[in-house]
Amino acid sequence: MRTVPITARITMPASARKGEVVTVRVLVRHPMERAANAPGVAPTPRRILHAFRVTYGGEEVFRMDLSPGVTANPYVEFTTVATESGTLVFEWHEDGGAIYRREARLDVA
Amino acid sequence: MSALSRRAVLALPPAMGAAAARAQGAPPAAAPSVLTEVQSAESFAAAERAILAGRVPVEGGIALEVPPLSENGNSVELSVAAESPMTAEDHVTAIHVLSEKNPFPRVATFHLTPRSGRAEVSTRVRLATSQTLVALAETSRGTVHRVGRNVIVILGACVETG
Repeated sequence: MRTVPITARITMPASARKGEVVTVRVLVRHPMERAANAPGVAPTPRRILHAFRVTYGGEEVFRMDLSPGVTANPYVEFTTVATESGTLVFEWHEDGGAIYRREARLDVA
Repeated sequence: MSALSRRAVLALPPAMGAAAARAQGAPPAAAPSVLTEVQSAESFAAAERAILAGRVPVEGGIALEVPPLSENGNSVELSVAAESPMTAEDHVTAIHVLSEKNPFPRVATFHLTPRSGRAEVSTRVRLATSQTLVALAETSRGTVHRVGRNVIVILGACVETG
């Protein structure tokens, strides 16, 4: 499977106290193309990010199933408890099998 | 252009829509793969039933925040917050957002864990038209909380702009 970087804006604090609930906001650049099949239009398959997965210190802490009903440039906001200093890995799964990945570091005091 | 617009075909019930498409000379769709599906085979009611799996939802304990009126259905801010201590014994495991009149009733599903800390999520969705949105929160105890909101959409997301 290919893993490629993607344009995304991840907004979260760089550091937090242990046990603090941290809000993570993620905006990713993607057209989220819906399937088209109408008279007079060449049928095109859909190409969306259908899953978004976040691991923190190697453990999954958040997952989202997306549909064509999510906007282009999908935005999501969720929370996670700061447990230990570590890396949050953000993974988007696109139709066709491509996986895009970004990382962010969280320091826990 | 053909006599039937895309919107006219989509407005028909699925069986009639397919028949209309055939009448237009399109080959009969043989069980479309998920990637070419323009409309979910699953209805809104069926999606809700499948998630509930026989459980009776509790009204309350969950809030769905969405503007009552949206000018543009292409991007509607939506947030869901469920009341939960989010402990290992009692936490929200999943939040589902369902749409009554979108081509795909299952708009988004969020999977949470006790490590989420709070059962609060936000996203932006496309809405085809004025309709009811439903949010369901499943808990680790097996209960389901439900909330419904009516939203008015002036310009639906299905007006093709690309």
